[in-house]
Order: sequence, then structure tokens, then C-alpha cells
Amino acid sequence: MTGNVIIDAAILLGIVGLTAAIILYFVSKVFKVIEDPRIDEIAAVLPGANCGGCGYPGCRTLAEAIVKAGSIEGIFCPVGGEKTAQKIADILGISAASAEPKIAVIRCNGSCENAPAKSFYDSTLSCAFAHSLFAGESACAYGCLGCGDCAAACKFNAIYIDKLTKLPVIVEEACVACGICVTTCPRNIIELRNRGKNGKRVYVTCRNQEKGAWAKKNCNVACIGCGKCAKACQFEAITLTNNLAYIDYTKCKLCKKCVSECPTQAITAVNFPAPKKEKIEVSTTSEE
Amino acid sequence: MKTFKIGGIHPEENKLAKEEAIEVFPIPKQVTLFVTQHLGAPSTPIVQAGDKVKVGQLVATAQTLVCANLHSPVSGTVVKVEPVPDMTGYRKLAITIDVEDDIWEETIDTTSEIRKEITLTKPEIIERIKACGVVGLGGACFPTHVKYMVPPEKKVDYIIVNGAECEPYITTDHRIMLENGEECLIGVQALLIASGAPEARIGIEANKPDAFEHLQRLASQYPNIKVFKLKTKYPQGAEKQLIKSLTGREVPNGKLPIEVGCIVNNITTTYAIYEAVQKNKPLIETYTTISGKRAKTLKNYKIRLGTSISEVLSTVGIPENTGKIVSGGPMMGKAIANINSYFVKGMSSLLFIDESESKRGVVEECIRCGKCVTACPMGLEPYLLYALATRADYEECEKHGIMNCIECGSCQYGCPAFRPLLDMIRVGKNKTGYMIRTRNK
Repeated sequence: MTGNVIIDAAILLGIVGLTAAIILYFVSKVFKVIEDPRIDEIAAVLPGANCGGCGYPGCRTLAEAIVKAGSIEGIFCPVGGEKTAQKIADILGISAASAEPKIAVIRCNGSCENAPAKSFYDSTLSCAFAHSLFAGESACAYGCLGCGDCAAACKFNAIYIDKLTKLPVIVEEACVACGICVTTCPRNIIELRNRGKNGKRVYVTCRNQEKGAWAKKNCNVACIGCGKCAKACQFEAITLTNNLAYIDYTKCKLCKKCVSECPTQAITAVNFPAPKKEKIEVSTTSEE
Repeated sequence: MKTFKIGGIHPEENKLAKEEAIEVFPIPKQVTLFVTQHLGAPSTPIVQAGDKVKVGQLVATAQTLVCANLHSPVSGTVVKVEPVPDMTGYRKLAITIDVEDDIWEETIDTTSEIRKEITLTKPEIIERIKACGVVGLGGACFPTHVKYMVPPEKKVDYIIVNGAECEPYITTDHRIMLENGEECLIGVQALLIASGAPEARIGIEANKPDAFEHLQRLASQYPNIKVFKLKTKYPQGAEKQLIKSLTGREVPNGKLPIEVGCIVNNITTTYAIYEAVQKNKPLIETYTTISGKRAKTLKNYKIRLGTSISEVLSTVGIPENTGKIVSGGPMMGKAIANINSYFVKGMSSLLFIDESESKRGVVEECIRCGKCVTACPMGLEPYLLYALATRADYEECEKHGIMNCIECGSCQYGCPAFRPLLDMIRVGKNKTGYMIRTRNK
């Protein structure tokens, strides 16, 4: 009797399983969703951080968009950079347009020393809120508020607020130029610029559009819109709009003439070797 | 005693300056008038440097609907029309005038005689209120004439007059009711004509018994004005709460008081309306309480617009250990970031807050005590809105009614963990509002 029950059960389950398999086989044939296999391929190539830096909600949606468009023109994964772009282009069978690697730069140098605080704000909660409340501790209505919305928004730990200067600092190795800090900053201080040769960059560290006297009132290193840099530049890389100089990174040849010309030191050059004279001075002081 | 049912708190009243009669602050040597003294679009200056102006002369006009005229509070010469940093430090367009003498426009009745009889008709009163640049003096500075442009299908049942003055420290409404009560009631009569409403209801908090009795006695000659005593509870003077207290009606979410047949005005606004309608005098002054626990002098000043804040501060003296100076009440007002600024319409107080009271406590984790929920007069859940706003989940914020927040600060006041609830809710409200506006486009 017991043997019969076991055999019956096995036969019954076998029949149920077989019927289900047959139904599933036909259903999968009839309702098959035809998905481009390239979507999976591209998604596998993408970094998978789902940072949203490309403007799409995640890596897979970007892959879908790329396949739908059939090209990568105007679409770029800032995290993956050129290498990823090349891989995607290979999958699609097209040639990749080259995009220079970029990095976020902070266009404000209003540190505690350069732009002394005139009032005290005791909530370090949110730049967006502070921006709606008042012009900022230094009274510069264009400068960094230092509450760290950009640092909080960065998914790659590439921004931190320096405690001494109360300004954000970009960690060059970590920044992937996803651009989330650019959209987060309520004062449009952060910009994505080309990384430049050997990381050398020259840019204006000020966003103040007031006339010189007003700009200088609150910050020692404000751009006063004098235009000296624009005159000094041989490559027409510098334009002056609303009392504010802007260096076009595609035209800049990193000659640093504007840096020495600027009367308020509002132009910053990074990753250039320190001048030799200074080095000697440092070594002598250390010896003493 | 009437009151609203949901939420509310009772902060220390500190009505220190309630015995001080209103004093006229001397006319300064120079005034600076911001063209944004009201809610809405900035008004457009119509004077240039070098122009001579008289007291009460129009210097900036309203070009759009939600905007108010601006008049010169002094006589003299216009020096410049240039942006100047305001209280927040941001630069706003302003008209600077050097004062010479005190010559008034001839059309303004400068006598102190009380004119009871209202000769103007309904449209004339609204036009006069608009021409005189009257805005709500309760703090929001909403142009008053806009409230009376009622769509024809709507009927006004009540004019609600706000004499609650629920913000601690501020005493200007209290003094106006005691000193100019009769004029206020004439102003209310003008509003009744302007709106066609059959009845006006004035609400006064129970902590001002003298003002209540005074106005009740004066109102006995007007059968259509009733004065009510309200429970002392914050935010009793908030528009929706006041309507609920005085009429029992509830304004639907996202709607204006006119939906339930009410128009709300502040008591000081009714005085400004009296001056506009009966004396043709534009709004050129603001009433300001100078107060604080350690304030050297307690004052209720009548100050010409555009007077420098630092000038007033040097006259009254800044007490030692002042942590911050707040304009517009300790609950809803803002700390002044730039004291080299100028008085604007509706700036109802300068409060010296002691250093010990002016800093935030150490923010700790939410302990789920629910104090913010019981305190919220709009029946919202501030702790939840805070969390949602921090997470930038504005869809959920909208679902949980963030747009109904009246920003009264009751939640933050009682929070034992000193969480910056209102700060973050304001950020969320701003972002959610932006999201809704872009969606509707």
C-alpha cells in the first residue's frame, strides 16, 4: 500500500510538472519580449554606480537610451569616461567622439581669512536654506555659504569642507565629474572644467557680479571686473560679462599671464610647480 | 472665550513694552526706500536723482496686480536710485532721499481731527487703498487692495480683524487699539463698504483686557462690528486659525479665506486704511516695538519708512550680550544679518535677544515624543515632513501636506531634541512648490 502511494504521488507530480512546463514553453514563445541584447552588453560595460551624472536615473536606463538613439552623441558617462565611451562605441559598431576628462572646480575663494564673517549663522544645515535666508556670513551674495550641500550630495566622497577655510575642497583622484554638485549648489559656484594637461588648470575663483567697489567690500580676493586679465590674454580665452571674468578652458593655453596680472588674486592656477624662489625661502626658514 | 482646536503653543508672552505710549521717532537726515516693501513684484521707481519730492508724493508705482505703490515719507531731494544691501545682505533697488524740511502734499489732511463720515463709494475706497500703497501690517505685507478684488460669484460674509497679536514681545497693535481705536473702527467701516460684508468681527487675545474693553465700548455704537475675546495661544493671529476661532469655518487646503466668505486684515492695517480713506494719507510710516529682556529702553515707535536701522539702534542703545537682533517677532521674524539697512513697511519690531537665548541647542536624534505633532496648528506631522524633506522626497512631502504649513514655528519651539524642523520644512516647501509649479506648466 505504502509503495503505491509513493508511486501515485510521483506520477501525479510528474504530470503536473510536465503540463506546467508545456504551458510555460508555449507562453514564453507567444509573449516573448524582444529586447536588444546590446542593452545588456552596454549595461555591463557601464560603471553601475547609478549616480545620475549622465542625466538618466541609472546605468541601465542610460544603456536603453543609447541603444534607442543608436549613437552616443550628446550622451556621456562622466564616471566611465573615454574608456567606457570607446567600449560602448565598439558594441554599437560606431566610432566614439572623444570627450576630455573633466573635474569639478570651486569658483569661490572667500575663505574665513579672505572674506571675514560679519554675522554668525549657527545652523550648518543646508546651503539651500541659508541662501534663502541671507547673503551669507561674509555678506557676499555670490560666495560659498560653506554649509556643505555639495559634500553631502557627492556620491564619490570627492568633496569635503575644509574646517579652516570653510570652503569645499575637491579630491582630484575621487572626482568623476558626475556634476551633481553643480546642480546642488544654490549659488552656481561649482563648474565642470577640463582636467587639463597634467591636471594644470587656470580659472577665476569668484562669482561676484557686483561692481568692483561692492565686490571688494566683502572679499579681498573678489573679481572686480577690471578686465586686465582679458587684455593680457593672447589667446582670447578670457571674457568679461557682468563685471566678472571667465576663462574659457577650451581656449586657455595655461600661460598664467592672467594670474600675475590680476590685482586681487582672483585667478587661481592649480597643479603648477611652485616657483623656485619660494622653494628656497621655505628651505631657509626650515633650516632656521 | 474663543479659540482654534488643533495644536498651538503658549510661549512666554514678554509683552514688556505694553505700557509705553507710541512715540514719534524724529525724522532722519536721509532715508532709503526699498522698492520691494511688500509681497509680490517690485514697484517701479518714477523719480530720478535730483528730483524734489514732498511727503506723501508717489515715488514708485505698482505695474502688476500683486504690487503696491510707494510714497516718499519725507520731503527733500532724491540722491540716487541704486541697489543697496537690505536686512538679509542681498542688494535690492532703493531710492535714497536727502531730507529737507517737512513739507507735505496739499491733498493730505494732516489735522488730527477724527473724520467719521465715509463719503467714498465701494470702488473709490478700493482705489484709494491701492493708490495709498496700503499693505498688510501684520508682517506678510500683502497688498491690501488685492484682497478686496473679490470675484463676482463670491460673497463676503465677514470682515475678520486681527487684534490677536500673538507674537511675544510685540505691542504695537495693542497700543494702536488703545490710542487709535476709534480710527481703526472707522477703517473697519470702510472695509465693510468695500467688501459689501454685513458684519465685521474683531478678535483680541485675553492678555490685552484693556484693549478688549476699550474696543468693545467703542464698537457698541456700530451694530455691525463685534469684538471677541480670544484665548491667549500661539498662533491665534494666523489667518486660518483666526477664521476658525471667530466664525467656526475652516478654510480648505490650498484655498484663500474668500472661499469661506471671509477677508482678514490686521488691526494696524485698518488704521492705515482709515488714514488712506479719510485723510488721503499714504502709508509712509511703520509702527515698531523696541523690546528685549535686557533692552535699555522699551519703546513703541512710529517711524518714517526708510529710516536707518543703525540710527534707531544708536538712539535706543544695544544692550550688552545681545546675541541677535530680530525683526518681526521672535516666532516668525528673522534675525537681521545687516544692521546697516533701513525700515520697511510692516517691520513691527526690533528685539534684542540675549546671547544665552539666541543660539540653537545641540541637535539630537528624534525621540518620537510627538510634541511637534500636537503643537502643529495645521494638523501636520512636522517630524515626518522633516525626514521627507531631508531625503528630498518631494512627492511624499506633497502627499503629507507640506504646502499647508504656515511656517509658524510651533513645532520647532517645543522640540526637546532641538531639531531644526521648520528650517528643513521651509526648504522642502520651497522645493515642493517649485515641483508643483513646473508640473502644472
